[in-house]
Amino acid sequence: MSRITPDIRIQSADFDVAAEIAKLTDGRSDTGAVVTFTGLCRDEGGTLSALELEHYPGMAEAEIRRIAEEAVQRWPLTGLAAIHRHGRIAPGENIVLVVASSAHRQAAFEAANFLMDFLKTRAPFWKKEHLASGEEGQWVDAKEADDDAAERWKQR
Amino acid sequence: MKLIYFSWIRERLDIAEEEAELPETVKTLGDLLAWQKSRGEEFEAVFAHEKVVRVALNQEHVDDLAASLEGVTEAAFFPPMTGG
Repeated sequence: MSRITPDIRIQSADFDVAAEIAKLTDGRSDTGAVVTFTGLCRDEGGTLSALELEHYPGMAEAEIRRIAEEAVQRWPLTGLAAIHRHGRIAPGENIVLVVASSAHRQAAFEAANFLMDFLKTRAPFWKKEHLASGEEGQWVDAKEADDDAAERWKQR
Repeated sequence: MKLIYFSWIRERLDIAEEEAELPETVKTLGDLLAWQKSRGEEFEAVFAHEKVVRVALNQEHVDDLAASLEGVTEAAFFPPMTGG
């Protein structure tokens, strides 16, 4: 089986989940499972008016591609796409999308999970909070739980 | 070498990007971080957070202080990432 090329995009515009699924499945009959993960902006109990996502252009795409290529080597995927937005994002809006497809569900589930775990700890994006109160918000702190989530893939 | 800063490190130093002439003696990542610390009060304060400041050389994560700077044209400094 020839390996697929992951579709990686860094953009300020929103994405359409259904359209992204269709891009991976249209015109092919070898896919039995598609898993999508969508990350959204929360309002943290009404305290947040927006998140500002800063990124490192160039490296952001390169790093997500490195993670995605590893997923492609690890699981028998028929398609893999990741879209990460940057700029100002309001509560309820999309931030990130991962779509993984495979002949069977397990590979698609695991690849999507793997990609998200490493995207959180290795992709060069930083979130700053804009508060509903109008006061200046803080940069979001990295979570140890995210490091632990990425670490567990190394033990397999 | 082009030096780039992100997130609170960019705000704290008030520099997004700069072109720097590194001293001849700066040959490794460890040397580069030590040199940054020597550039004044704000730099010293930021780069004192040794476990927090992450580095990318030519747009790839590097954490080995012995890593050579040969061929490196771009170094970026940032706190742990919070994307996704």
